[in-house]
Amino acid sequence: MSVKEYTGVERINGPLLVVSGTKDIGFGEIVEVLDRNSEKRLGQVLIADMNFVLVQVFEGTKNLDSPATKVRFIGKSVQFAVGKGILGRIFDGLGRLRDNLPPYLAEDFLSVNGLPINPIKRQYPEDFIQTGISSIDGLNTLIRGQKLPIFSGAGLPSHRLAAQIATQSRLLGGEDFVVVFAAMGVKNDLAEFFVEKLSQTSGSSRSVFFLNLANEPAIERIITPRCALTAAEYLAYTLGMHVLVIMIDMTSYCEALRETAIAKEEVPSQKGYPGYLYSDLASLYERTGRIKGRSGSITQIAILTMPNDDISHPVPDLTGYITEGQIVLDRRLYGLGINPPINVLPSLSRLMKDGIGKDKTREDHVNLSSQLYAAYAKVHEIRALAAIIGEEDLSSLDRSYIEFGNRFEKEFIGQGFDVERKLEETLNLGWSILRILPRSELTRVTEEEIERYL
Amino acid sequence: MEDSIRILRINGPIIWSYGDTPLKIGEQVFVGNLQLIAEVIGIEADHTIIQVYEDTIELKPGEPVYPTGLPLSIELAPGLISSIFDGIGRPLDYLATKEGDFLKRGTHSEGLDREKKWEFTPSVKKGDLISGGEIIGNVKETSLFNHRILLPPSISGRVVSVREHDEYTIEDEILQIETSKGTESVSMLQKWPVRTSRPFIKRLQNKKMLFTGQRVLDFLFPIPKGGVAAIPGGFGTGKTVTQHQLAKWSDADIIIYVGCGERGNEMTQVLTEFPELVDPVTERPLMERTILIANTSNMPVTARESSIYTGITLAEYFRDQGYDVAVMADSTSRWAEALREISGRLEEMPAEQGYPAYLGSRLAEFYERAGSVLALSHREGSVSIIGAVSPAGSDFSEPVTQNTKRFIGAFWALSKELASARHFPAISWTDSYSEYIENVKPWWDQFGNDKWSSFRNRMMYLLTEDQRLQQIIKIIGADSLPDDQRLILETAKLIKQGFLQQSAINPNDAYSSIEKQMSLAELILYYYDESRELLKKGIPVIRIWALPITTEILRIKDKTPKGEEHFISELKSRINKEFSELKTRY
Ligand SMILES: Nc1ncnc2c1ncn2[C@@H]1O[C@H](COP(=O)(O)OP(=O)(O)O)[C@@H](O)[C@H]1O
Ligand SMILES: [Mg+2]
Repeated sequence: MSVKEYTGVERINGPLLVVSGTKDIGFGEIVEVLDRNSEKRLGQVLIADMNFVLVQVFEGTKNLDSPATKVRFIGKSVQFAVGKGILGRIFDGLGRLRDNLPPYLAEDFLSVNGLPINPIKRQYPEDFIQTGISSIDGLNTLIRGQKLPIFSGAGLPSHRLAAQIATQSRLLGGEDFVVVFAAMGVKNDLAEFFVEKLSQTSGSSRSVFFLNLANEPAIERIITPRCALTAAEYLAYTLGMHVLVIMIDMTSYCEALRETAIAKEEVPSQKGYPGYLYSDLASLYERTGRIKGRSGSITQIAILTMPNDDISHPVPDLTGYITEGQIVLDRRLYGLGINPPINVLPSLSRLMKDGIGKDKTREDHVNLSSQLYAAYAKVHEIRALAAIIGEEDLSSLDRSYIEFGNRFEKEFIGQGFDVERKLEETLNLGWSILRILPRSELTRVTEEEIERYL
Repeated sequence: MEDSIRILRINGPIIWSYGDTPLKIGEQVFVGNLQLIAEVIGIEADHTIIQVYEDTIELKPGEPVYPTGLPLSIELAPGLISSIFDGIGRPLDYLATKEGDFLKRGTHSEGLDREKKWEFTPSVKKGDLISGGEIIGNVKETSLFNHRILLPPSISGRVVSVREHDEYTIEDEILQIETSKGTESVSMLQKWPVRTSRPFIKRLQNKKMLFTGQRVLDFLFPIPKGGVAAIPGGFGTGKTVTQHQLAKWSDADIIIYVGCGERGNEMTQVLTEFPELVDPVTERPLMERTILIANTSNMPVTARESSIYTGITLAEYFRDQGYDVAVMADSTSRWAEALREISGRLEEMPAEQGYPAYLGSRLAEFYERAGSVLALSHREGSVSIIGAVSPAGSDFSEPVTQNTKRFIGAFWALSKELASARHFPAISWTDSYSEYIENVKPWWDQFGNDKWSSFRNRMMYLLTEDQRLQQIIKIIGADSLPDDQRLILETAKLIKQGFLQQSAINPNDAYSSIEKQMSLAELILYYYDESRELLKKGIPVIRIWALPITTEILRIKDKTPKGEEHFISELKSRINKEFSELKTRY
């Protein structure tokens, strides 16, 4: 590939610059932008024309001046160097080593955009993962090869939940996960928390980190998850490992995307986000799963912050439309000291139904979870009524629902960040709390199940 | 000569080209050295606008564009059934053998197998005068499905020769016909441009019910064959599960399932589940009547736009053979978003939320392709469309939901509240509607039960009353209501939990036969009527609820498989027994 270099840019606008007089530059090609001190920044071609290109500069265009800037085209799209040596290493948001250790042997250079898996080659995921967390295992089961994000709010402990999942997760009878971690716009202390926690538990050579911190260039974040997923695909599909990808914070990622879209003067869809936000997010989230005939898998936990705790904001909304469910954190529960503060009602695991039940987890799992959901949904109605007429005026049935609700939250959900429960314990606990309700209310479970487990 | 068109600019999936060779709107072209598949969508004074159906990364200005002179088309012939295609009609299994586990670029492929031989039985003979769209023979494509071979709509004349009953490939000549333009050779294979609807003799009224085996749909909000329904719902409310249920259990002859901009795993799920499921009517594997179109969310957005047309064109082809076809499109919102994305790249003037002003007319064009018709083959066929809608922020006032509402006859609104209480299907009985009640009433009278319409009315009445009373008890609690109103609440609970709820994963209840639907409805209404008699005798309502029969009614649907519906009706005698015992105590 021949490198082409041009001096001078025609226009600079936000993270974008226009270089004219270019020739034979490909769409999506990687660009090196050199400022007057020959400091290098990376960018990517967004529009390739016969006579000019529009370049998005990942590290921003601050302090670039038009005549002195040099722009170099490498002749290929953004790539990441994979190899066994990536395990245990820390990369920056563009996939360059940042741990000051010697380089590793690159076995291949892969485009970070990846390729879509042919749907007929996918293996439908159905292996239960025990996370040791009752509200997940019992009610929103995680399946190997699933994409199950965490919807958080500012200040809620999503990082502790993610760490708990990463450290406690076990595949019944299977091997442990390798963790690929991508940080986008997170604060330094949070990134350190993850590096420390994950290296501690899974062993430092069983994790890979990609860090773009809050004070680092925002546009770089567009590449960070792509590098991480490229690494994950290599580990899973080439080396045959079971990979858990944790990506935090998707909201920062989307904001970076919005920044470029606004600079390009694109027509926005909602709240300034571009119309292709759905497709863009899908190009990340869909890089999860299993492939027939290959032994590895990618399980993905993306964490996002709901602005104003609003689940209908475009970032959580579009995420929920793509992922295979969501775990929603709740400020009220957190305020009550119930941890992990998972609000089970809006939470969902779409793959749960195929990974639980007889021969997989336990025969009563499906109905028990449905019963707990129905009862807990009812608790919310009764609490609303109690707020108006007062708890004393509730019927005795309604009062038993209130008690059920309180114990369900305190005991079933509120197990704490350091407690690990076996699935058996989770299910039995569910039954024992159901005992508060009269039998006639338990219509989602069968009579046989009641006989056996209640 | 071919090289005379060149790429001028690349902006994601949209490219501009320039050059001397004239291109036509809608023409299929191949773009760049990789010969990516693309379509001309605009012609300006000094350049042509082309949308590319594959990833354009590393494509360069100056690379060639190759015209084909033909519109983007799909192949129609035996071999379609049980197949899975991408959004532009390429078979995914062929792509897998060529490209491996991941989808690469630039693979050109025919839609159908050229080598495979099919047993063809002619149904016309030498000397017959036949016209376009008529049936010229039959191929037993699967044990379930007889593929009627149609004369292409544009050809008519006198049959010069016909091949005898034997095995032929889809390209072999099976017929020669003397037309006004001379003798033409006809094979089983025809191509049809996906954006053009196929001709028919006339539209017919939709009279047959599309029976889905889903109680809330069949009983409360039914659609006829040839009808159009939308399923709007926020994420996780049950659009896809409902679509899968319809694809599995509805009594159409052919199912076209279009996965448009949704998850790869959901297509995989269909591919793994369907071959193992059995059609409740014909008892053959469901895959033998199913065709899948998969353009998942991570596949090129432009092919998402075309996948809908590919699906509906296939449907029309089978309709023209005299079949009832049902198209599931999951999700039409992703298709609308693809329109928006392409429109944005073209810098068109946006209307609401960035959608182009022609959103409504495109939706109309699509839904208009549904309906019952008298086909050119003189047989009656139909295309029903069930489109999922994924409203941004679960807000039904957004443009795609609103525009869709203008063109559909049934609206199956999914409710977040019901879904989070795990009441499935989470189809709201208050926000949904069907304008087809009159269309399907004769069907219910004939094949179901003439009590359907009165049962339906009574159920809707009880549910509406319940809705009103729920507002009141939110403020004062249920205990303060008089017993006759509390009985309505209780009966509505039986309707909701014992009738409307229907788990897709419970093998006993995933499909609900007509008998099961009728006997459950009758049982619950009988309970209500008999309870009212007890109330008249001054027996308190809570005594009635406490009877074991009440929970038994809630449970019976989950325990009763097809073929054992009589157990439901038999519960009526248990009502009689328990109620008369109760009476003796008062
Ligand atoms: N009829 C049903 N029976 C049982 N579960 C259902 C049903 N409908 C929906 N669900 C549950 O809801 C989840 C989400 O449904 P899905 O159809 O994937 O939602 P959507 O397509 O609207 O995002 C499913 O994974 C399943 O657990
Ligand atoms: Mg869906």
